[in-house]
Amino acid sequence: MTKTTINMKKAIHISIVIIASLAMVSCFDSNSPNYQYMNNMYEPVGYETYGEYEIFENEMEAKLPAEGSIPRGWMPYEYENSTAGLEQARAELKMTLPVTEEHLERGEELYEIYCAVCHGTKGDGQGILMQREKFLGIPSYADPGRNITEGSIYHVQMYGLNSMGSYASQTNELERWQITQHVMNLMAALKGEPALELSSDSEGEAEVAGDMTEGEAETVETEETN
Amino acid sequence: MIKVKFRNLPTQLSLLLLALLLTFSTTTYAQEESAEAATEVAPATGEGDAAAGKTLFNANCAACHKLYKKGVGPALFGVGDKYDKEWLYSWIRNSQELIKSGDAKAIAIYEEYNQSVMTAFPALSDEDIDNIIAYTYTPKPEPTVATTGTTNVGGDGEGPTNNIILAALALIFLLLVVMLILVNKTLRRIAEANGVEYEEGEKRLPIWKAFAQNQFLVFVTSVFLLLASAYFAYGWMMQVGIDQGYAPVQPIHYSHKIHAGANQIDCNYCHSSARKSKHSGIPSLNVCMNCHKNIAEYNGEEDLENGYTKEFYTNEIKKLYKAVGWDENNQAYTGEEEPVKWVRIHNLPDFAYFNHSQHVTVAGIECQKCHGPVEEMEIMYQFSPLTMGWCINCHRETNVDLKGNEYYQKIHEELSKKYGVDQLTIAQMGGLECGKCHY
Repeated sequence: MTKTTINMKKAIHISIVIIASLAMVSCFDSNSPNYQYMNNMYEPVGYETYGEYEIFENEMEAKLPAEGSIPRGWMPYEYENSTAGLEQARAELKMTLPVTEEHLERGEELYEIYCAVCHGTKGDGQGILMQREKFLGIPSYADPGRNITEGSIYHVQMYGLNSMGSYASQTNELERWQITQHVMNLMAALKGEPALELSSDSEGEAEVAGDMTEGEAETVETEETN
Repeated sequence: MIKVKFRNLPTQLSLLLLALLLTFSTTTYAQEESAEAATEVAPATGEGDAAAGKTLFNANCAACHKLYKKGVGPALFGVGDKYDKEWLYSWIRNSQELIKSGDAKAIAIYEEYNQSVMTAFPALSDEDIDNIIAYTYTPKPEPTVATTGTTNVGGDGEGPTNNIILAALALIFLLLVVMLILVNKTLRRIAEANGVEYEEGEKRLPIWKAFAQNQFLVFVTSVFLLLASAYFAYGWMMQVGIDQGYAPVQPIHYSHKIHAGANQIDCNYCHSSARKSKHSGIPSLNVCMNCHKNIAEYNGEEDLENGYTKEFYTNEIKKLYKAVGWDENNQAYTGEEEPVKWVRIHNLPDFAYFNHSQHVTVAGIECQKCHGPVEEMEIMYQFSPLTMGWCINCHRETNVDLKGNEYYQKIHEELSKKYGVDQLTIAQMGGLECGKCHY
């Protein structure tokens, strides 16, 4: 009798140990962050990006810039977001950015990121989203019904058109012009026309481009309101 | 989060397939009928071929028009009833001309849709347009939701799953153990009652006593125990503050697997500030709406095991619409927004500085190097430990990308000479200095 009770006790002890060790191993909850040593050193004193603080509306630290604030290097865009504005930009808006290999290369990179999913790497409207039928009816840049100019390319990136959204929050002015250069080249390739000529007068215009880059670097985050 | 509803995959799938088959066969039937109906309604010219119309529709119209729902332009289901054919021909070939000519219908529709200009399609022939109009009579397919729902309910009772089998096995095992103990007990009792003698083995020393008397063994065991507990204690203490594997439930179930994996959208498309800012920003909802203005339903692959059905994903898209205040029926923003409270996963302690643009743009490192195979993650989790040792290891192993960096060319050359190497690592450039990250 006594022996069996001892056995039982042993079994209980063993099972407790097993359960406890299982609990220790499995208690990491992937749903909540881990413990920290010395929280004060981990958590910032100031307001952290995307933080939650009572002082803000909706406790949301991510805010729009104050109304009327102008980011450094920002230049006003004169054409309004309407059909008339698009037509005006199509006719009038000209590219001041000199065509250089660096800009074209950068334009291609950016095009691959933002445009190629729909418009395709060749600009023929056969991007992966089109092939997978997530989007339908994306036209080729060489479509005869569309009179695409550098001004219209820039304008459409700025405001979007029909199903296409605005890319003003993801790119800045310089980047949009770089993309424009690449799109012009893609269109020329599709139509079998010669590509953009590289600007020869490098000195004077390179300076303009330099100004643009410096100023534009700041504008990114503040443009998100568009 | 997600209830596991769909346990009985094989049986369900076959039923589902059957249901799909049935629904599709009926729709094709219906299509033909409606095509006939279309020609009856619009008797002006010959019949259209709905199948050819579908191809044309998808290639030319679908960017702005949907059949049963407003898009950029009106829903086109049964458009042949609303306008006569001649009018449609001239509208589709050049809508602007029609508007300028002062056609009342044309001006009305132009004003109704915010004066957005419909692209001219001069290349479409009368026959092409007839085909497209025939296609617009395709009736809306019956939602397959209902059928899948019923098959699931029906299939719930059948076929035990792995979990149930395991539980049953465990129960049987437990019963066996209990029975063994009981049998042992009763046997002893019977033995005692009958006066049967059995060896108790009392004369031998209990094993723990023998162990306690052997001092060497006690010494070795205690050393071993101490070492083992130190090892585990060290391991436990080192994981404090590390969130590797942290995968919180987000307010909207956003699948990186679908977006970055199946649809191959570049990381920078949404996290555009990673290219030029300290933070890789959480995209504002306008970025989602760049695509989801058009994509209101999920039609991709399902993962029934985990309950990720089409309805589930579609419902998540509706959550996005609610948050951003998008009225799907009117294709317009209502202005009633509800910010989404995303849960931040990767968070370095305040005393460590990290800059995304420096790694993404300057060094050209792939996002996956630190964030792991995000394109395979249905639920985003922290892949790397983000510890200092982890950072430093990479700085020791990674070579500096010197391409297009003329400004620093000279110092790179001198440093290479100093260390006697061809390729500088980040560490040799000072990537291990405390002040680079802690200040």
